[in-house]
Amino acid sequence: MTKADIVEKIYEKIGFSKKESAELVELVFDIMKNTLETGDKIKIAGFGNFVVKEKADRRGRNPQTGEEIVITARKILTFKPSQVLKASINNH
Amino acid sequence: MTKSELVEKIVEANKLLTRKESEMVVNIVFDAMCEALKQGEKVEIRGFGSFTIREREAREARNPKSGEIVRIPAKKTPFFKTGKELRERVNNS
Repeated sequence: MTKADIVEKIYEKIGFSKKESAELVELVFDIMKNTLETGDKIKIAGFGNFVVKEKADRRGRNPQTGEEIVITARKILTFKPSQVLKASINNH
Repeated sequence: MTKSELVEKIVEANKLLTRKESEMVVNIVFDAMCEALKQGEKVEIRGFGSFTIREREAREARNPKSGEIVRIPAKKTPFFKTGKELRERVNNS
């Protein structure tokens, strides 16, 4: 499934034009991206939570050369699926 | 940000849309993704990320309170991989 499939569903279910439906799908994900970029989390009931986590520096190893390197501190995005989503995937 | 705040932000950005319509759009987006994952289908959102189903093998674990060994059956779990654009934006902010 891609954005195009979601656009199609909005077109079918609400009756907005395809252009309008496509703009709305873009808008939904743009707002989500802008929110996560500020470090804020997103909680979607029934789907899951998107949380930005701060990772500290840590030592790693280049698996090819065995050379020790420092993996620098960074911010990463994590997704925690809701219980509802997890259950529905397993009960299928 | 919660789902209802997302609905609100969409209305602010698109004045032609009613709150009800915005809510329908948001519900369709997440329902469609849930439904695809339920079917075992991959969901790929360009610039945002992709959701796939990962199979977890059955394993034995211990109840930390009683020390009892419990069998955890094999299960499926949704996995999210952040897209390149979003990963960079989150890290560089």
